[in-house]
Amino acid sequence: MIVAVPAEKKSLDSAICVSFGRAPFYCIYDTEKENSTFIENSAANSPGGAGIQAAQNLADQHINAVITFRLGDNAAKVLEAAKIELLQALNLSIADNITNLLEDKLVSLSNVHPGYHNGH
Amino acid sequence: MATDRIIAVLSGKGGTGKTLVSVNLAACAENATYIDCDTEEPNGHLFLKPTITEQKTIFSEKPVVDQSKCTACGKCVKACAFNALALVGKNLLIFNEVCHSCGLCSAICKQQALVQQQYPIGSVVQGTSKTLQFYSGQMNIGESSAVPIIKELLKKTHEGIVIIDSPPGSGCLVTETIDHADFCLLVAEPTIFGAHNLAMVHELVTLMGKKCAVLLNKTQAGANPSEEYALKHNLKILGSLAYDEHLAQLSSNALLACEEEEQYRQFFSNLLKEVLDASDSHTQR
Repeated sequence: MIVAVPAEKKSLDSAICVSFGRAPFYCIYDTEKENSTFIENSAANSPGGAGIQAAQNLADQHINAVITFRLGDNAAKVLEAAKIELLQALNLSIADNITNLLEDKLVSLSNVHPGYHNGH
Repeated sequence: MATDRIIAVLSGKGGTGKTLVSVNLAACAENATYIDCDTEEPNGHLFLKPTITEQKTIFSEKPVVDQSKCTACGKCVKACAFNALALVGKNLLIFNEVCHSCGLCSAICKQQALVQQQYPIGSVVQGTSKTLQFYSGQMNIGESSAVPIIKELLKKTHEGIVIIDSPPGSGCLVTETIDHADFCLLVAEPTIFGAHNLAMVHELVTLMGKKCAVLLNKTQAGANPSEEYALKHNLKILGSLAYDEHLAQLSSNALLACEEEEQYRQFFSNLLKEVLDASDSHTQR
Protein backbone atom coordinates (compact mmCIF):
# COMPACT_ATOMS: atom_id res chain seq x y z
CA MET A 1 0.00 0.00 0.00
CA ILE A 2 1.03 3.62 -0.56
CA VAL A 3 0.57 5.93 2.38
CA ALA A 4 0.85 9.73 2.60
CA VAL A 5 1.89 11.58 5.76
CA PRO A 6 1.92 15.39 6.20
CA ALA A 7 5.54 16.21 7.09
CA GLU A 8 7.28 19.13 8.75
CA LYS A 9 10.59 18.25 7.04
CA LYS A 10 11.79 16.05 4.19
CA SER A 11 12.94 13.28 6.51
CA LEU A 12 11.51 10.08 7.95
CA ASP A 13 12.71 11.29 11.35
CA SER A 14 10.55 14.41 10.96
CA ALA A 15 7.49 15.02 13.07
CA ILE A 16 4.10 14.72 11.41
CA CYS A 17 2.73 18.18 10.61
CA VAL A 18 -0.33 19.01 12.74
CA SER A 19 -2.03 20.59 9.72
CA PHE A 20 -3.07 18.31 6.90
CA GLY A 21 -3.83 20.90 4.22
CA ARG A 22 -1.05 23.35 5.04
CA ALA A 23 1.79 20.89 5.73
CA PRO A 24 4.93 21.97 3.83
CA PHE A 25 5.61 18.41 2.57
CA TYR A 26 4.04 15.00 2.27
CA CYS A 27 5.96 11.80 2.80
CA ILE A 28 4.77 9.20 0.29
CA TYR A 29 5.72 5.75 1.58
CA ASP A 30 5.33 2.54 -0.40
CA THR A 31 5.08 -0.32 2.10
CA GLU A 32 5.81 -3.01 -0.53
CA LYS A 33 8.88 -1.38 -2.05
CA GLU A 34 9.81 0.01 1.38
CA ASN A 35 10.81 3.34 -0.11
CA SER A 36 9.85 6.89 0.70
CA THR A 37 9.67 10.06 -1.38
CA PHE A 38 8.86 13.58 -0.25
CA ILE A 39 6.73 15.94 -2.29
CA GLU A 40 6.14 19.63 -1.70
CA ASN A 41 2.60 20.63 -0.88
CA SER A 42 1.62 23.15 -3.56
CA ALA A 43 -1.54 23.97 -1.59
CA ALA A 44 0.34 25.01 1.58
CA ASN A 45 0.11 28.75 0.95
CA SER A 46 -3.23 28.77 -0.80
CA PRO A 47 -5.51 31.55 0.55
CA GLY A 48 -8.45 29.17 0.81
CA GLY A 49 -9.41 25.57 0.12
CA ALA A 50 -5.90 24.31 0.93
CA GLY A 51 -7.24 21.02 2.30
CA ILE A 52 -9.29 20.39 -0.84
CA GLN A 53 -6.35 21.03 -3.17
CA ALA A 54 -3.95 19.01 -1.02
CA ALA A 55 -6.39 16.09 -0.94
CA GLN A 56 -6.87 16.38 -4.71
CA ASN A 57 -3.10 16.23 -5.26
CA LEU A 58 -2.79 13.15 -3.03
CA ALA A 59 -5.76 11.47 -4.72
CA ASP A 60 -4.00 12.07 -8.05
CA GLN A 61 -0.95 10.21 -6.64
CA HIS A 62 -3.14 7.10 -6.21
CA ILE A 63 -2.29 6.67 -2.56
CA ASN A 64 -4.22 4.19 -0.40
CA ALA A 65 -4.04 5.78 3.04
CA VAL A 66 -3.30 9.00 4.90
CA ILE A 67 -1.86 9.18 8.41
CA THR A 68 -2.73 12.51 10.02
CA PHE A 69 -3.50 14.07 13.39
CA ARG A 70 -6.59 15.81 12.12
CA LEU A 71 -8.43 16.62 8.92
CA GLY A 72 -10.90 19.28 7.75
CA ASP A 73 -14.26 18.01 6.55
CA ASN A 74 -13.74 19.21 2.95
CA ALA A 75 -10.41 17.40 2.63
CA ALA A 76 -12.05 14.36 4.24
CA LYS A 77 -14.81 14.40 1.57
CA VAL A 78 -12.23 14.35 -1.24
CA LEU A 79 -10.14 11.59 0.38
CA GLU A 80 -13.22 9.50 1.20
CA ALA A 81 -14.52 9.89 -2.37
CA ALA A 82 -11.13 8.59 -3.54
CA LYS A 83 -11.56 5.65 -1.10
CA ILE A 84 -8.40 6.60 0.77
CA GLU A 85 -8.15 5.14 4.27
CA LEU A 86 -7.84 7.75 7.02
CA LEU A 87 -5.62 6.80 9.95
CA GLN A 88 -5.00 8.54 13.25
CA ALA A 89 -1.38 9.66 13.65
CA LEU A 90 0.55 8.91 16.84
CA ASN A 91 2.71 11.60 18.42
CA LEU A 92 5.88 9.99 17.03
CA SER A 93 8.15 10.48 14.02
CA ILE A 94 6.95 9.59 10.51
CA ALA A 95 9.15 6.45 10.57
CA ASP A 96 7.67 5.29 13.88
CA ASN A 97 4.14 5.90 12.60
CA ILE A 98 4.93 3.75 9.56
CA THR A 99 6.28 1.01 11.85
CA ASN A 100 3.00 1.15 13.79
CA LEU A 101 1.07 1.02 10.51
CA LEU A 102 2.95 -2.12 9.44
CA GLU A 103 2.22 -3.69 12.84
CA ASP A 104 -1.46 -2.81 12.28
CA LYS A 105 -1.50 -0.60 15.37
CA LEU A 106 -2.99 2.55 13.84
CA VAL A 107 -6.71 3.21 14.29
CA SER A 108 -9.15 5.01 11.99
CA LEU A 109 -9.20 8.79 12.18
CA SER A 110 -12.03 10.08 14.33
CA ASN A 111 -10.98 13.73 14.37
CA VAL A 112 -12.59 15.32 11.30
CA HIS A 113 -13.16 19.00 12.13
CA PRO A 114 -15.37 21.58 10.41
CA GLY A 115 -12.37 23.38 8.91
CA TYR A 116 -11.49 27.04 8.93
CA HIS A 117 -12.95 28.25 5.65
CA ASN A 118 -12.13 31.89 5.36
CA GLY A 119 -11.21 32.34 1.77
CA HIS A 120 -12.34 35.90 1.17
CA MET B 1 -18.77 73.77 -1.92
CA ALA B 2 -20.40 70.71 -3.34
CA THR B 3 -21.67 68.52 -0.55
CA ASP B 4 -22.33 65.37 -2.59
CA ARG B 5 -19.71 63.13 -1.13
CA ILE B 6 -19.24 59.42 -0.46
CA ILE B 7 -17.24 58.90 2.71
CA ALA B 8 -16.16 55.36 3.62
CA VAL B 9 -15.14 54.65 7.20
CA LEU B 10 -12.78 51.71 7.42
CA SER B 11 -10.11 50.00 9.48
CA GLY B 12 -7.93 46.98 9.09
CA LYS B 13 -9.39 45.16 12.05
CA GLY B 14 -12.74 44.88 13.75
CA GLY B 15 -13.53 46.72 16.96
CA THR B 16 -11.57 49.88 16.21
CA GLY B 17 -14.65 52.10 16.13
CA LYS B 18 -15.87 52.13 12.52
CA THR B 19 -19.51 51.98 13.52
CA LEU B 20 -19.08 54.50 16.36
CA VAL B 21 -17.56 56.99 13.91
CA SER B 22 -19.95 56.19 11.03
CA VAL B 23 -23.21 56.51 12.95
CA ASN B 24 -22.11 59.68 14.74
CA LEU B 25 -20.87 61.30 11.53
CA ALA B 26 -24.14 60.38 9.81
CA ALA B 27 -26.18 61.73 12.73
CA CYS B 28 -24.27 65.03 12.60
CA ALA B 29 -24.85 65.41 8.86
CA GLU B 30 -28.26 66.62 7.78
CA ASN B 31 -30.25 64.75 5.14
CA ALA B 32 -27.41 62.29 4.75
CA THR B 33 -27.39 58.62 3.85
CA TYR B 34 -25.92 55.92 6.08
CA ILE B 35 -25.04 52.58 4.48
CA ASP B 36 -23.94 49.66 6.64
CA CYS B 37 -21.76 47.44 4.42
CA ASP B 38 -20.44 45.39 7.36
CA THR B 39 -22.70 42.56 6.25
CA GLU B 40 -21.18 39.90 8.50
CA GLU B 41 -22.20 41.79 11.61
CA PRO B 42 -24.17 44.92 10.72
CA ASN B 43 -24.83 46.99 13.84
CA GLY B 44 -25.51 50.54 12.65
CA HIS B 45 -29.24 49.88 13.07
CA LEU B 46 -28.74 49.43 16.81
CA PHE B 47 -27.68 53.09 17.10
CA LEU B 48 -29.79 54.72 14.40
CA LYS B 49 -32.97 52.70 15.17
CA PRO B 50 -34.40 53.14 11.68
CA THR B 51 -37.95 52.52 10.54
CA ILE B 52 -37.52 49.86 7.86
CA THR B 53 -39.63 50.41 4.76
CA GLU B 54 -38.20 47.86 2.32
CA GLN B 55 -36.46 44.52 2.44
CA LYS B 56 -34.96 42.56 -0.43
CA THR B 57 -33.41 39.09 -0.63
CA ILE B 58 -30.05 38.93 -2.41
CA PHE B 59 -29.01 35.93 -4.45
CA SER B 60 -25.71 34.54 -5.57
CA GLU B 61 -24.81 31.76 -7.95
CA LYS B 62 -23.08 28.45 -7.35
CA PRO B 63 -22.23 25.82 -9.95
CA VAL B 64 -24.13 22.55 -10.15
CA VAL B 65 -22.68 19.70 -12.22
CA ASP B 66 -24.65 17.77 -14.80
CA GLN B 67 -22.90 14.40 -14.46
CA SER B 68 -24.30 13.22 -17.82
CA LYS B 69 -22.37 15.99 -19.61
CA CYS B 70 -19.22 16.04 -17.45
CA THR B 71 -16.29 14.24 -19.12
CA ALA B 72 -14.08 14.54 -16.00
CA CYS B 73 -11.47 16.53 -17.93
CA GLY B 74 -10.55 18.38 -14.73
CA LYS B 75 -10.10 21.78 -16.41
CA CYS B 76 -12.54 23.47 -14.00
CA VAL B 77 -10.66 22.04 -10.99
CA LYS B 78 -7.36 23.48 -12.25
CA ALA B 79 -8.94 26.82 -13.19
CA CYS B 80 -10.66 27.46 -9.84
CA ALA B 81 -8.63 30.05 -7.91
CA PHE B 82 -10.42 29.18 -4.68
CA ASN B 83 -9.96 25.37 -4.74
CA ALA B 84 -13.72 24.94 -4.59
CA LEU B 85 -13.72 21.93 -6.94
CA ALA B 86 -12.16 18.48 -6.76
CA LEU B 87 -12.24 15.59 -9.18
CA VAL B 88 -12.00 12.05 -7.89
CA GLY B 89 -12.24 9.49 -10.66
CA LYS B 90 -15.27 10.66 -12.63
CA ASN B 91 -16.86 12.34 -9.66
CA LEU B 92 -16.72 16.15 -9.60
CA LEU B 93 -17.05 17.50 -6.04
CA ILE B 94 -18.19 21.10 -5.48
CA PHE B 95 -17.53 22.89 -2.19
CA ASN B 96 -20.08 25.70 -2.05
CA GLU B 97 -18.75 27.37 1.09
CA VAL B 98 -15.34 27.80 -0.53
CA CYS B 99 -16.81 28.93 -3.90
CA HIS B 100 -16.71 32.69 -4.55
CA SER B 101 -19.35 32.58 -7.33
CA CYS B 102 -16.99 33.91 -9.98
CA GLY B 103 -18.56 31.68 -12.65
CA LEU B 104 -15.22 30.78 -14.27
CA CYS B 105 -15.84 27.01 -14.06
CA SER B 106 -19.08 27.32 -16.08
CA ALA B 107 -17.50 29.74 -18.54
CA ILE B 108 -14.62 27.42 -19.44
CA CYS B 109 -16.54 24.11 -19.48
CA LYS B 110 -16.74 23.12 -23.15
CA GLN B 111 -19.34 20.44 -22.32
CA GLN B 112 -21.50 23.04 -20.53
CA ALA B 113 -21.71 20.56 -17.69
CA LEU B 114 -21.59 23.25 -15.00
CA VAL B 115 -24.75 25.31 -14.64
CA GLN B 116 -24.91 28.30 -12.30
CA GLN B 117 -27.87 28.09 -9.92
CA GLN B 118 -29.23 30.99 -7.91
CA TYR B 119 -29.62 30.73 -4.16
CA PRO B 120 -30.22 33.29 -1.37
CA ILE B 121 -27.16 34.60 0.50
CA GLY B 122 -28.64 37.44 2.52
CA SER B 123 -30.74 40.56 2.44
CA VAL B 124 -30.66 44.34 2.30
CA VAL B 125 -33.01 46.66 4.16
CA GLN B 126 -33.87 50.30 3.54
CA GLY B 127 -35.48 52.79 5.88
CA THR B 128 -35.25 56.16 7.56
CA SER B 129 -33.89 57.41 10.87
CA LYS B 130 -34.91 61.03 11.55
CA THR B 131 -33.54 62.92 8.51
CA LEU B 132 -31.21 60.06 7.56
CA GLN B 133 -31.72 57.58 4.75
CA PHE B 134 -30.71 54.20 6.13
CA TYR B 135 -29.43 51.12 4.25
CA SER B 136 -28.02 47.92 5.71
CA GLY B 137 -27.06 44.51 4.40
CA GLN B 138 -26.85 41.19 6.18
CA MET B 139 -25.27 38.00 4.97
CA ASN B 140 -26.73 34.62 5.94
CA ILE B 141 -24.69 32.58 8.42
CA GLY B 142 -22.22 30.24 6.72
CA GLU B 143 -21.95 32.16 3.45
CA SER B 144 -18.47 32.98 2.17
CA SER B 145 -18.81 36.24 0.28
CA ALA B 146 -21.10 39.23 0.69
CA VAL B 147 -19.94 40.96 -2.50
CA PRO B 148 -23.38 40.73 -4.21
CA ILE B 149 -25.02 42.24 -1.09
CA ILE B 150 -22.55 45.14 -1.06
CA LYS B 151 -23.05 45.70 -4.80
CA GLU B 152 -26.80 45.96 -4.20
CA LEU B 153 -26.31 48.38 -1.26
CA LEU B 154 -24.11 50.70 -3.31
CA LYS B 155 -25.98 50.44 -6.60
CA LYS B 156 -28.09 53.58 -6.09
CA THR B 157 -26.68 57.10 -6.25
CA HIS B 158 -27.63 59.45 -3.41
CA GLU B 159 -27.66 63.20 -3.08
CA GLY B 160 -25.82 64.79 -0.20
CA ILE B 161 -23.37 63.14 2.13
CA VAL B 162 -23.15 59.36 2.13
CA ILE B 163 -21.45 57.66 5.08
CA ILE B 164 -20.43 54.05 4.44
CA ASP B 165 -19.71 51.79 7.42
CA SER B 166 -17.19 49.43 5.82
CA PRO B 167 -16.50 45.78 6.68
CA PRO B 168 -13.25 45.17 8.60
CA GLY B 169 -10.11 44.07 6.82
CA SER B 170 -8.65 44.88 3.44
CA GLY B 171 -10.06 42.07 1.31
CA CYS B 172 -12.66 41.75 -1.46
CA LEU B 173 -15.50 43.15 0.65
CA VAL B 174 -13.62 46.34 1.48
CA THR B 175 -12.41 46.74 -2.10
CA GLU B 176 -16.01 46.52 -3.27
CA THR B 177 -17.22 48.88 -0.54
CA ILE B 178 -14.78 51.71 -1.25
CA ASP B 179 -14.81 51.34 -5.03
CA HIS B 180 -16.94 54.47 -5.54
CA ALA B 181 -15.96 56.29 -2.34
CA ASP B 182 -14.61 59.83 -2.68
CA PHE B 183 -12.80 59.68 0.62
CA CYS B 184 -11.69 57.01 3.09
CA LEU B 185 -11.47 57.70 6.82
CA LEU B 186 -9.16 55.15 8.41
CA VAL B 187 -9.96 54.51 12.07
CA ALA B 188 -6.96 53.19 13.99
CA GLU B 189 -6.24 51.88 17.48
CA PRO B 190 -3.12 52.73 19.50
CA THR B 191 -1.64 49.22 19.36
CA ILE B 192 1.02 47.47 17.25
CA PHE B 193 -1.72 45.23 15.85
CA GLY B 194 -3.80 48.34 15.11
CA ALA B 195 -0.89 50.00 13.30
CA HIS B 196 -0.27 46.83 11.27
CA ASN B 197 -3.90 46.78 10.15
CA LEU B 198 -3.81 50.52 9.46
CA ALA B 199 -0.84 49.85 7.16
CA MET B 200 -2.86 47.19 5.32
CA VAL B 201 -5.87 49.45 4.64
CA HIS B 202 -3.57 52.35 3.81
CA GLU B 203 -1.87 50.17 1.22
CA LEU B 204 -5.26 49.22 -0.23
CA VAL B 205 -6.64 52.78 -0.47
CA THR B 206 -3.34 53.96 -1.98
CA LEU B 207 -3.49 51.16 -4.55
CA MET B 208 -7.05 52.19 -5.40
CA GLY B 209 -6.08 55.85 -5.66
CA LYS B 210 -8.38 56.97 -2.86
CA LYS B 211 -8.00 60.12 -0.80
CA CYS B 212 -7.73 59.25 2.85
CA ALA B 213 -6.95 60.45 6.35
CA VAL B 214 -6.70 58.88 9.80
CA LEU B 215 -8.81 59.13 12.92
CA LEU B 216 -6.97 57.91 16.00
CA ASN B 217 -9.36 56.17 18.38
CA LYS B 218 -9.00 55.03 22.02
CA THR B 219 -5.86 57.13 22.47
CA GLN B 220 -4.15 57.04 25.86
CA ALA B 221 -0.96 58.35 27.41
CA GLY B 222 2.13 56.62 26.02
CA ALA B 223 3.18 55.35 22.62
CA ASN B 224 0.69 55.22 19.75
CA PRO B 225 2.06 52.99 16.96
CA SER B 226 -0.82 54.03 14.66
CA GLU B 227 0.01 57.71 15.13
CA GLU B 228 3.68 56.93 14.45
CA TYR B 229 2.68 55.12 11.25
CA ALA B 230 0.50 58.05 10.11
CA LEU B 231 3.26 60.60 10.78
CA LYS B 232 5.87 58.47 9.05
CA HIS B 233 3.71 58.10 5.93
CA ASN B 234 2.48 61.72 5.80
CA LEU B 235 -1.06 60.58 6.45
CA LYS B 236 -3.25 63.41 7.62
CA ILE B 237 -4.65 62.88 11.14
CA LEU B 238 -8.13 64.42 11.29
CA GLY B 239 -8.77 63.83 14.93
CA SER B 240 -8.00 61.91 18.03
CA LEU B 241 -10.67 60.34 20.20
CA ALA B 242 -9.36 59.64 23.70
CA TYR B 243 -10.25 56.39 25.44
CA ASP B 244 -13.29 57.08 27.58
CA GLU B 245 -15.16 54.51 29.62
CA HIS B 246 -18.29 56.64 29.50
CA LEU B 247 -18.20 56.61 25.68
CA ALA B 248 -17.85 52.81 25.75
CA GLN B 249 -20.87 52.64 28.06
CA LEU B 250 -22.93 54.83 25.73
CA SER B 251 -21.99 52.56 22.84
CA SER B 252 -22.78 49.38 24.73
CA ASN B 253 -26.22 50.85 25.44
CA ALA B 254 -26.66 51.61 21.70
CA LEU B 255 -26.80 55.36 22.33
CA LEU B 256 -25.47 57.96 19.92
CA ALA B 257 -22.64 59.79 21.68
CA CYS B 258 -23.29 62.94 19.64
CA GLU B 259 -26.86 63.06 20.94
CA GLU B 260 -25.99 62.28 24.55
CA GLU B 261 -22.96 64.48 25.19
CA GLU B 262 -22.24 67.99 23.98
CA GLN B 263 -18.51 67.17 23.95
CA TYR B 264 -19.11 64.40 21.38
CA ARG B 265 -21.62 66.43 19.36
CA GLN B 266 -18.87 69.00 18.92
CA PHE B 267 -16.23 66.38 18.20
CA PHE B 268 -18.19 64.60 15.48
CA SER B 269 -19.58 67.81 13.91
CA ASN B 270 -16.05 69.07 13.70
CA LEU B 271 -14.79 65.74 12.37
CA LEU B 272 -17.46 65.81 9.65
CA LYS B 273 -16.32 69.28 8.66
CA GLU B 274 -12.69 68.13 8.64
CA VAL B 275 -13.57 65.14 6.49
CA LEU B 276 -15.48 67.29 3.99
CA ASP B 277 -12.66 69.83 3.86
CA ALA B 278 -10.01 67.15 3.46
CA SER B 279 -11.91 65.44 0.64
CA ASP B 280 -12.42 68.85 -1.02
CA SER B 281 -8.83 70.03 -0.78
CA HIS B 282 -7.58 66.80 -2.26
CA THR B 283 -10.00 67.21 -5.15
CA GLN B 284 -8.23 70.36 -6.29
CA ARG B 285 -5.20 68.48 -7.49
